[in-house]
Amino acid sequence: MDYAYALQQLINGVTLGMIYGLIAVGYTMVYGIIGMINFAHGDIFMVGAFLSMIALLGLAALGITWVPLALALTLLFAAAITALYGWTVERVAYRPLRGSFRLAPLISAIGMSITLQNYVQVSQGARVKPIEAVIPGGIQVMNQGGFTVELSWMQIAIVATTLAILAVFTWLVKRTPLGRTMRACEQDLKMASLLGIDTDRTISLTFVIGAALAAVAGLMFLLYYGVIDFYIGFIAGIKAFTAAVLGGIGSLPGAVLGGLLIGLIEVFWSAYFSVEYKDVAAFSILIIVLIFMPTGILGRAEVEKV
Amino acid sequence: MTPLRDAFLSAAVALGLFGPMVGLLTVSGEHGLSLELRPIATAVIVGLVFLGRLLVLSWRGRGRVETYKTNRALAEGIAHAGKFIAPVLLVAAVALPFTGSRYYVDLGTLVLTYIMLGWGLNIVVGLAGLLDLGYVAFYAVGAYSYALLSTTYDLGFWTCLPLAGLFAGCAGVMLGFPVLRLRGDYLAIVTLAFGEIIRIVLTNWVSLTNGPNGITGIPRPTLFGLRFSMEGGEGTFAGFFGIEPATIQRVIFLYYVILVLALLTNWVSLRLRRIPLGRAWEALREDEIACRSLGINVRNTKLTAFGMGAMFGGLAGAFFATRQAFISPESFTFIESATVLAIVVLGGMGSQLGVALAAIVMVGGLETLRDVLSFLGDQMNSPLFAGIAGQLPLYRMLIFGLVLVVMMVLRPRGLISGRTPTVALGARKEIAAELVAQGRG
Repeated sequence: MDYAYALQQLINGVTLGMIYGLIAVGYTMVYGIIGMINFAHGDIFMVGAFLSMIALLGLAALGITWVPLALALTLLFAAAITALYGWTVERVAYRPLRGSFRLAPLISAIGMSITLQNYVQVSQGARVKPIEAVIPGGIQVMNQGGFTVELSWMQIAIVATTLAILAVFTWLVKRTPLGRTMRACEQDLKMASLLGIDTDRTISLTFVIGAALAAVAGLMFLLYYGVIDFYIGFIAGIKAFTAAVLGGIGSLPGAVLGGLLIGLIEVFWSAYFSVEYKDVAAFSILIIVLIFMPTGILGRAEVEKV
Repeated sequence: MTPLRDAFLSAAVALGLFGPMVGLLTVSGEHGLSLELRPIATAVIVGLVFLGRLLVLSWRGRGRVETYKTNRALAEGIAHAGKFIAPVLLVAAVALPFTGSRYYVDLGTLVLTYIMLGWGLNIVVGLAGLLDLGYVAFYAVGAYSYALLSTTYDLGFWTCLPLAGLFAGCAGVMLGFPVLRLRGDYLAIVTLAFGEIIRIVLTNWVSLTNGPNGITGIPRPTLFGLRFSMEGGEGTFAGFFGIEPATIQRVIFLYYVILVLALLTNWVSLRLRRIPLGRAWEALREDEIACRSLGINVRNTKLTAFGMGAMFGGLAGAFFATRQAFISPESFTFIESATVLAIVVLGGMGSQLGVALAAIVMVGGLETLRDVLSFLGDQMNSPLFAGIAGQLPLYRMLIFGLVLVVMMVLRPRGLISGRTPTVALGARKEIAAELVAQGRG
């Protein structure tokens, strides 16, 4: 058994899983509160990746080249503008349809997804955009029979940042008044509004936070792969949704866990079976999980009241 | 908040949104990417948002019309007019080839293909209330069934057509079987995943499907054994009737084939609605638990809906393959599923006429938009528009997405939202859209 190879895949899988997990949190939060699949969320992630790229290039043009500062500024800028996108999408496409029948917001979300994709294609061009590695180098973990397991600084940065952001986010949901209203809305939207919670504002903020997390994922994706185009949001979006479902939709730790699992499955499948069918593996997992475990790993069973 | 202040705020948000994305263009150069400023475009967009917001606010300020009443009146109006619209549309469809214009016949064929897909999906989404986001998978199964059968075993179109429908129907039942326990949005996402799986398999199973290069040289259909070839002579359409061979004959023939197929779909679904199975579909859409407690076999009811819908998708797919004579996985992307679903939802879910109208508006509109945009692009010679003139056709899908959002916000229940009950005691009364559940799944 080639442990070195497997270890390398484990490292890659965890890195990828962190990115999926960050996007999945946005899906699971929105689904938890208003029970809709925010189909445009994958494209919000793509917008975040593009904004990160623009910010990195802009900072370089302004002469800010000290990497930690540049990355921190990029993160703030991308998160802020992407959050604005999330807010606008909710305000324009979803809020007028609240209380309407279920398919209407879904179609509206699909329309928004198509709009965002083509908007980025029109404004930034259809070509893939490559950037140079921002954090080069890494450390060699072990060497086995000529195969070197490498843990790049980039991967360490991605995992560390994701964990830090998730810690902040967990604190936000568990300890702050905003988090309390969000959890109240998730349990019962109507009751929460009866008790004086401004549900519209809470839902807006949910979209804002989800979009900001997606922007972080977008930056990570850009740094990790070094190349983006306007179409990355679609597949990443479905996989992140798969992750959310796998972890149990509505559950925040579940979203991260699901993201990790999907990342690992994808990377190991590519490494040991075939790269072409890696998406088929991820989607098959989705179907199998939904059939045998419809509530996911950490989800609660839904009780239907008549 | 005064309208002016509101408009300023909107403009500020627009500046935040479009400033970085439109105002800063990433250009690939010799030393990697660099940024290029586009202040004019950004200013124009922000200005447009400002003016647009002012306009919307002043229009809204005049007092909103009671939407419920207008909806009701419109629904009844359309229902009355529907008695006339449907025959007029049918006559127009039959008469269309007599215009002799290749462009209109081609456009008509495209619209009819989507009408057929819409009617097929309508069985699943509109009648049975099962949300299917992967309908294109069955379209692909039908198209590839015909393409492979005809190119490998040399079978004709009319032999393969029922087979393609059968295969697609089986695919529908096969997908349906495991996922039927799922509800609503979960079902939507699983069908979406299934559609993607089919596309990925078609792309990568090169030995069978020739991968991304697709299948070429798919034979055209024949009319009672008469081929539509350009040589004329024995066994061809032109030779048999003693006329000059021309491409338009084949084009018109294909048009009538899809017209007949679409009408068949319509007829079958209208008939199915009257038998117990169809009524069970509609009951299932309204309330699954009530259905189950009344002893309806929910599983079989859902499976037949899936199978029937998939079968019509497969038939349309076989037609698509024979019309294009070339298919590749690129034709079966998610956007197709989204378009067909949007047609069904905009049509009013369950209304046959609504689906036809929505398909005409959407597909016809998209094609017209393509022409208008390329025409505009050609007209913009001045250097002021240098940046966008050539790009203009790309705006088509952007506008499509926006129209989808706007239509949903304005008329979430679709064009024809009222319902006439399929079975009624005494007089048939229109049921307002607000009173029926739709697509709860």
